[in-house]
Amino acid sequence: MAKQIIEVTMPQLAESLVSATIDKWVKQPGDMVDMYEPLCDILTDKVNAELPSTVRGKLVKHLIGEGETVEVGTAICLIETEVSDQSSQSTDNGVSEAATANPQMQPSASRPLVSASVSSAIDSNAPMRHRYSPAVQKLAAEHGIDLSLVPGTGEGGRITRKDVLVAAESGSAKLGSASTGGAPSSAQPSAGAASASHFVPMDPKVPVRSTGMHLTESPRIPSVESQAQEVPGRGEYFIDITPIRNTIASRMRQSVTEIPHAWTMIEVDVTNLVMLRGKLKDDFQRKEGINLTYMPFLIKAVVNAIKDYPIMNSIWAVDKIIVKRDINISLAVGTEDSVITPVIRNADQKNVPGIAHEIDDLVRRTRNNKLTLTDLQGGTFTVNNTGSFGSILSQPIINYPQAAILTFESIVKKPVVINDMIAVRSMVNLCLSLDHRILDGVICGRFLQRVKENLESYNLDTKLY
Amino acid sequence: MPMLEAQWLARMDYGIAWELQKKLIREIDREESSEALLLLEHTPTYTIGSDRHPEHLLYGKEELARRGISLYEIDRGGDITYHGPGQLVGYPLLYLDAVGLDLHAYLRNLEEVIIKLLADFGISGGRKPEYTGVWVGDSKIAAIGVKFNKARTRRGFVTSHGFALNVKKNVEQEGFQGIIPCGITEFGVTSLETLTGLEWQVEDIGRRILPYFAEVFGYAVPTVIESLSS
Repeated sequence: MAKQIIEVTMPQLAESLVSATIDKWVKQPGDMVDMYEPLCDILTDKVNAELPSTVRGKLVKHLIGEGETVEVGTAICLIETEVSDQSSQSTDNGVSEAATANPQMQPSASRPLVSASVSSAIDSNAPMRHRYSPAVQKLAAEHGIDLSLVPGTGEGGRITRKDVLVAAESGSAKLGSASTGGAPSSAQPSAGAASASHFVPMDPKVPVRSTGMHLTESPRIPSVESQAQEVPGRGEYFIDITPIRNTIASRMRQSVTEIPHAWTMIEVDVTNLVMLRGKLKDDFQRKEGINLTYMPFLIKAVVNAIKDYPIMNSIWAVDKIIVKRDINISLAVGTEDSVITPVIRNADQKNVPGIAHEIDDLVRRTRNNKLTLTDLQGGTFTVNNTGSFGSILSQPIINYPQAAILTFESIVKKPVVINDMIAVRSMVNLCLSLDHRILDGVICGRFLQRVKENLESYNLDTKLY
Repeated sequence: MPMLEAQWLARMDYGIAWELQKKLIREIDREESSEALLLLEHTPTYTIGSDRHPEHLLYGKEELARRGISLYEIDRGGDITYHGPGQLVGYPLLYLDAVGLDLHAYLRNLEEVIIKLLADFGISGGRKPEYTGVWVGDSKIAAIGVKFNKARTRRGFVTSHGFALNVKKNVEQEGFQGIIPCGITEFGVTSLETLTGLEWQVEDIGRRILPYFAEVFGYAVPTVIESLSS
């Protein structure tokens, strides 16, 4: 029986683990340690974990003190073990597996000179050989690769995406080819690199296989993995993606990729509406306690036009178009760093003051973060008051899965020709993005024309109640 | 599919629940008990995890006594947090094999369970890089801190501690005032009631989390056992 000193290293206990802190040593120098017995408590993120020993023996020395943080792979303590002369054949499954999978490993593993460090490396790496990242697993599944036959060149012998691609190119490590045996599955980076040459596609002895993609198959959209740098450079800074930002991003992307957008615009003379609002607003403020804006007039005009063209209030359902009977208007409300679309339900059953109150309430609750789920559900058509920030033209993205979205731009005084005379009128642009699977130019033109008529029909005699 | 025993323990003192966890960990280790998800509420308690930043506790001993809040230094990861009535506490005691073990993936899975539950209420919960837990905007709604206990008879680990989801409005008002939760000074806490504007019972939320927990961790959906054990 020979004695040897094994270095125990900080294992890669999580894919994202870079370093961990030794919280407390459970075993002190001189203590006997069984395999799998906790050596110390380690801390990472919100996890406290007992770190098991990979060998049986006597703890000789702590290399890292309590409270110290070390990188994965750093030696943390020394354990003295007794080995039979045969080799460092420990009882660890990982080692015997590695040995069977790779006969070439055996000689090196039993070389006494390196046995101490190598076997400890294998011990701590053995479970890792079987730990594949989801990306690697997916890639392997796509290419029909048996991961146990792929040499890992990543940290601690981990298999990287590149390793899988190399194996796929070379056609080795295909599932079912295990019987050919001898495929190196070394955990040692150096050995891995040496055997990796075996997989280089240029090797004439290995037939180069196609990646399995056929011409008839449309190329897969590659899933983009974020390879972004982790620390900002001097000339930039990072902003964390908030959940709401993330939701906006995925909804916008879904809308733009799924819906074939078309766009159209109409100009409306709202001179009379401007005068009407001017006449009513002070009284309204006094009586209702809220500001009278143009939005309730616009929404009323839009809702009445939808009643004439119900197809505007629909969604594309692949094999059919679903036309919604309820007219629920989603109102785009911008906050400092997001946009949210709370819903005015059954807007067709409400008058201008009713809609004004609802807008006021929804906007206030949006800004105070007090919206509930029901406030956000069931919208059938979206209206966006882009004019509030001075825009005169915008090209909105449809609020998925609705059929259309309409923007109300800034009201601008313009010279307009009426009866061959030039007049100064208050003009506004209405922009409409539409789902071209459902709607065409003709129907949208008529719809916008109806909205225009409705808006232009407001005058000083219009009664609010 | 592996079986999971879900227990609703109602309101329980932190120390008693901790002892119960330790007892069950040993039993699960020896395969005498099935893996369990303990669901409960605590009496008002501050717990300080392994990160140990006593300066994040803003009350002194007298103030704690006056307010009837207990204080425990415990063996989970993380800094200080509050537990109390109105908060759903979940302790998953699961056996996880050492092969394929990923400590951080376990945290992400716990977050996933809560994010899925919140989606049920129309709340879009999310993660903040580097701040474990579940966040709604800049407010934390669920805290997470766990321990991996090395199994003595087998190769893997038994998990303990877990998550705390703020259900009732009063939680954020009462408990979190006295601390800087998890040492994060710039963000606040929120609750299910605050976000939905509706009233919820902790026990009901505990039941509603089960299918998501089962889905994420791959168990058959457990039925709840009203447990009187201690």
